[in-house]
Formats: sequence, structure tokens, C-alpha cells
Amino acid sequence: MIRVILPAHLRALARVNGEVSFEISGEITQRALLDALESQYPMLRGTIRDHVTQRRRPYVRFFACETDLSHQRPDAPLPQAVADGMEPFLVVGAMAGG
Amino acid sequence: MSSVRLLVGTRKGAFVLTSDGKRRGWKIEGPHFGGWEIYHMKGSPANPNRIYASQSTSWFGQLIQRSDDGGATWEPVGNEFVYDGEPGTHTWYDGTPHPWEFARVWHLEPSLHDPDLVYAGVEDAALFRSSDGGRNWEELSALRKHPSGPSWQPGAGGMCLHTILLDPRDPARMYGAISAAGVFRSDDAGASWRPMNRGLRSNGIPDEDAEVGHCVHRIAMHPKHPDRLYMQKHWDVMRSDDGGESWSEVSGNLPTDFGFPIDVHAHEPQTIYVVPITSDSQHFPPDARLRVYRSRTGGNEWEALTNGLPQEHCYVNVLRDAMAVDKLDSCGVYFGTTGGQVYASTDSGDHWTAIARDFPAVLSVEAQTLP
Repeated sequence: MIRVILPAHLRALARVNGEVSFEISGEITQRALLDALESQYPMLRGTIRDHVTQRRRPYVRFFACETDLSHQRPDAPLPQAVADGMEPFLVVGAMAGG
Repeated sequence: MSSVRLLVGTRKGAFVLTSDGKRRGWKIEGPHFGGWEIYHMKGSPANPNRIYASQSTSWFGQLIQRSDDGGATWEPVGNEFVYDGEPGTHTWYDGTPHPWEFARVWHLEPSLHDPDLVYAGVEDAALFRSSDGGRNWEELSALRKHPSGPSWQPGAGGMCLHTILLDPRDPARMYGAISAAGVFRSDDAGASWRPMNRGLRSNGIPDEDAEVGHCVHRIAMHPKHPDRLYMQKHWDVMRSDDGGESWSEVSGNLPTDFGFPIDVHAHEPQTIYVVPITSDSQHFPPDARLRVYRSRTGGNEWEALTNGLPQEHCYVNVLRDAMAVDKLDSCGVYFGTTGGQVYASTDSGDHWTAIARDFPAVLSVEAQTLP
């Protein structure tokens, strides 16, 4: 079971509280995770990555296992602890303001 | 008894204000989508409980929300705005070519007859249409692909298609206004477009009579006189009596030539409203006095409306979509400010009352008159 923690705005949009979790078959990659997330919560399409280019939106970052995965290739395997459900995959809105 | 519903979009969420026909007390609901920018909300004339909202942030992009119960509950619908074909380039601030990039939806214009048909004006300037209640969007790309498109440049707020007017007499005729390209008209439901900027004069562009390149801030139409258009431009207030084929200046005795909104009285097609602002960089009211100006003669002769509005130390702005009128017998006029106030007049502008004082900066105000 893959665990994902969304930022507050996207939790409100998806109408969920706390973590979301789902199963993924095959290799656990960033692309597979986001595909599954958007399949389960279609309202999130376009909010984390661009509809067309599938690129991560500039003010969104990905973390897991205390590591910034934002610049990993979308098809690179995610850490085993994420694949095993031991650690969540974090979608983070950049801390920008002032 | 009739009632009025105001749809107020702000920098940090959407508010729905309702009142009975007396319009003395207002019930405020919101914020919906707290923390998100709501550039515009508008209800369907054919089904007023169907409301569309443009919701966006720099973080998570663009969403379109739809309500079918007058704004009590909302459902996210489609947010895939993809330019038709290879988008190409327009002209950047520095004169170099710049790729066409979708940023946000500035304006939503529901069809006059079909609640599921709605148009969206976006940045970078283009017109989209949905015929299924906002679930799917297709670009009416003939506008963006007009031969002048590569020369269009952004205004200070971005290169936005900010006004969409639908001709109630002819469903094939529509207008779009773009900052800073100008006004375009289609007579075939968006299949082709012509620039409608003859008579506009813009200091500072190399050819001040150019066909495009004019910073039009907003245009307005009275439904009973669809060939008469009013315009607040970066410089001057303008009027066209021939469907945009030609324009003449009607700034008259206004204290400045700059402003954003312009609107028309519900029952008096010659009565129009603007809010003069000092430009180019100050963008607050002249003399720090917030004054709506009304002309009952289609322009040229203007009177300041001040009763109930702050007449000292006022440094707010009123943005282009932040003024609206209702259709009650005694016409209500409403506007919101960047200081978070929403002002209402129930007597065509003679007297004003703040019905909200501490909202986030107001981006848009629309009024619905309900049976």
C-alpha cells in the first residue's frame, strides 16, 4: 500500500483528511504513483504536474525518506520504504511568501 | 419578492452575498476555496443557480469550480486548457518572441441560453469554450491565430483575454478584449475574428493608430443596444455606436484618463459608470478620494458620486471585473476594491454603503437578480 501526504489545499480539493493510500501494480515510480493518485482523485489532475508535459509544477516538490526527490526522473524507482508503505511520499507546496 | 446575489472573487477565496430586494442587509457566505485566487465567478443567465468560478494559485495552477445550487456547494470540473496546435510565440515586454503559455482563466462568460455552454478568457490570451458544463474545454483558436497574434504584447497584469461580450440579438456575434492587443469581434461564433480598434489612440506605441496593440481594460454593452459599446482603456473612456467598427473618446470632464471597470445601468443604456484612477504607476484614486463617475449621456458629461464613499486617505484600486449592476427597478450598482471593501448602491449610484469592509483584495464582482 503506497502512502501519500498531500498539502492542505490539495487535501481540501480531494476532500480527504490525512494520508491517502492505494495499491500500485508494477514498478513503483514517481510517474506510477502520480498516475494512480490522479486516477483515484481526478480533481488533482493538473495541480501537481502539467496536463500536457507531465512536468512537476514549479512550486511543488516531492520528498520521501528525508530526501528531496523532486528532480528524480519520473520513471526512476522510488525508495523501497515508499514502495513497502513504510514511509509516505510527500507532495509539498513550496514555502513561498513574505 | 426578488433578491440579489453577489459573487465576489478575491485574492484569497470566493464569497457569496445575498439580500432581499430591499438590499439593506446582506448575508455573507465564504470564503469558498480559502487561500486560492478567484479571478472571476459568473452565473448562467439561463439557470442562475449554475455558477462557474475560476480558481487558481501559482502553486497548484488552474481549477474551474461549478455550483448547481447558487454557490452553496461546488464541484471541480475540467481544468485542461490546451492551446490548439503548436502555440507559437507572441511578443514579450522587451520585444522578443515569447512562447504562448497558459497561466490562468481571467473571465468566465456563460451562454445567454444554455447553462452548459461557457466561454473562458485566459492568459496568455486565448478563448476557450466548454459545451458540457466546464468538464472539457476546446480553444476557439482562430482568435489567437489571427495574423496579428505574434505582435500581441502583455500589459502589466499579463497578456489576458479579460472581457467576453455575447450579443443577445445574434448568437454568432461575440467580442473579446485583450490587454494589450485590443478588441476583436467574431460574427461567426468564433470561427474568425476582426480587430475592432479603429479610433483608439495609444500614446507610446510607435503607430498610435495601429490596428492592434491597444491596452483595453474593459468593454461593456447594454443588452437592448448591443451595437453600442463602452470601453475603459489605459488611456481614455471610449464609445462605439457601430458594434466596435469605430470608437470615439467620451472622457469629457473625468479627472483622470485611467481606470479599469466600466459598466452600464440596467435600465438606462446611456447611463454608464467608471472609477477614475491615477496612473501610470500610482493606481489609486485621484486626491485620495474614492469617486464613481456616472454619465447619463453615454459619456462626455460626468458627475462624481461620493455619498458614502471615503473622501480622504483612500488608496485602493478597483479592478476591471470588480463592478456590476443588478436589474431591480431601482438599479443596484456594486463594486469591490483592492482594500477588501464591497460597496453597494441601491439607487443607481446616488448613495453608497460598504456591505463588506475587510475582505481580501477584490478581483471581481458579479450581480445576479433572482426572482
